[in-house]
Amino acid sequence: MADEPIELQLTHDLTSGRAQQVSDEVNNVVFTLQDLRVSYGDYQAVRQVSLTIAKSEITAFIGPSGCGKSTLLRSFNRMNDLIPGAKVEGLLAYHGIDIYGPDVDPIEVRRKIGMVFQKPNVFPKSIYDNVAYGPRVNHIKANMDDLVEECLTKAALWDEVKDDLKKSAYALSGGQQQRLVIARCIAVRPEVILMDEPCASLDPIATAKIEDLMRQLALEYTILIVTHNMQQAARVSDRTAFFTAELDDNGVRHGRLVEYGPTRQIFSAPQDKRTEDYISGRFG
Amino acid sequence: MSASPISAPVIEVEYSLRQTRSRAGEKVIRGVLLAAAAVSVLTTIGIVVSVLIPTISFLAEVPVTDFLFGTVWTPLFANGQFGVLPLISGTLVITAIAVVVALPLGLGAAVYLSEYASDRSRRVLKPTLELLAGIPTVVFGFFALEFVTQVLLIRIFPGIDIFNALSAGLVMGVMIIPTIASLSEDAMAAVPSGLRDGSYALGSTKRQTAVKVVIPAALSGIVAAFVLGISRAIGETMIVTIAAGLEPRLTLNPLEGMQTMTSYIAAAGSGDLSTGSIEYKSIFAVGFLLFLLTFIMNMVSIRLVRRYRQVYQ
Repeated sequence: MADEPIELQLTHDLTSGRAQQVSDEVNNVVFTLQDLRVSYGDYQAVRQVSLTIAKSEITAFIGPSGCGKSTLLRSFNRMNDLIPGAKVEGLLAYHGIDIYGPDVDPIEVRRKIGMVFQKPNVFPKSIYDNVAYGPRVNHIKANMDDLVEECLTKAALWDEVKDDLKKSAYALSGGQQQRLVIARCIAVRPEVILMDEPCASLDPIATAKIEDLMRQLALEYTILIVTHNMQQAARVSDRTAFFTAELDDNGVRHGRLVEYGPTRQIFSAPQDKRTEDYISGRFG
Repeated sequence: MSASPISAPVIEVEYSLRQTRSRAGEKVIRGVLLAAAAVSVLTTIGIVVSVLIPTISFLAEVPVTDFLFGTVWTPLFANGQFGVLPLISGTLVITAIAVVVALPLGLGAAVYLSEYASDRSRRVLKPTLELLAGIPTVVFGFFALEFVTQVLLIRIFPGIDIFNALSAGLVMGVMIIPTIASLSEDAMAAVPSGLRDGSYALGSTKRQTAVKVVIPAALSGIVAAFVLGISRAIGETMIVTIAAGLEPRLTLNPLEGMQTMTSYIAAAGSGDLSTGSIEYKSIFAVGFLLFLLTFIMNMVSIRLVRRYRQVYQ
């Protein structure tokens, strides 16, 4: 990937994009993280993360490989529960409720906080059944035909597939599959959508479509996105958290939050030298 | 980067693309591997030919319709009758019992191993299960006769024959569980973990993920496992010879004794029939029919596997 156009893209998008309207303070808090630590066995992947995430905004987690941003994202809907040995400590509160509290049902958490993955993981079913899967397993009472149409429309896919709803989802292109996964995700009516590098396996045109879609969805949903692509973070996000991988005194590598703020500030006036080095392409 | 042209001394190089080393080893390996592949193919052809010739001469003496649709099988009697239906029905009844036992248990075991068991218990359980496949079938046969019939079944069904289809079918079902469980588990383990993640992220339970995502995605492998298990059941000889008796009977009652195609071949083949006699040739005719039956099963399974593959991958 070429590093040079970053500067150009940034100034362009920062003057015209969403980032302009974001206040410095986070009002309307959805998530509160206090001293959050995630570890696999003895290895601490993420240390001491404290931040708050605002409703109906797009928050981007950026940073070099191995900084723990994907691990952190998977803590928000308790997907880390599925990995043997994974442990989350500290506070991760959703509207004031500790997601890792004793009487919290992870299945209920995942209904409210949906997730889109790096590889479009459509099910080996028809397009229709992919979208209807979530409502069916959650026993959501609704007119399924209407719900499928509504979700596919919101995911900007309806016009392309409306005549092929019974066809296998594998017949779609990668970009269409990823939009189908987004439609499937919103079909269970979540409040939050987590996106783990959703464009990593897509070409630039498909990526642009997903980014447009994310801006549309942000009117209705709170979105957290992990991305390797800094231009993408600059283009779509309202707030950005920059993470880095550090060695501690014992030489163990772990992820740490360096800087968090409105995207325009992170990209135009970073407070930390490490952030500045990373976004200007000097490392990572 | 700006590079200034460097003037280098011109060296004359002779370009050649011809082979410089002999690769005799390649040819030898190719020959050895071809021979390895040929052995099983040639054996199959040899079996078909050696079974087909006596079968044809058998059918010259017994009309095909009498053979396929006759309901009495008494080849060893004077003026014996050669209606193969009792052997076919015996084979199908016992196989059906085995399938009813093995499919749910085998699939259940596979789902448990692949979706529920921890890494540690899987590492212990799977080899243990596969150990069951290593038990000689003669041991299973006596287990069916001595324990299943005479300890268990006789209490539930007091009128049951000592030699009966039920015990043979039940034990045969247990025998093929490891085949079905192990191969199905392999197919489920090969389902990308991204599909499971996708299902869990939508608020599915483990059961919903297993039943609605993992099993459909692994269906072609599961069907192949089922067919292989059923083929093993149809071809199984020792258990039925020992536990189901040697009396060809056209019945669907599993509490009675039955003879299967395989147990007829085993029993008649180990007797003292004179070669060239009609009784002797009947062994080959039954064998050929058995071969056809399993061959059709395999064809159907290949079809099924291909069809599901097209839909799901």
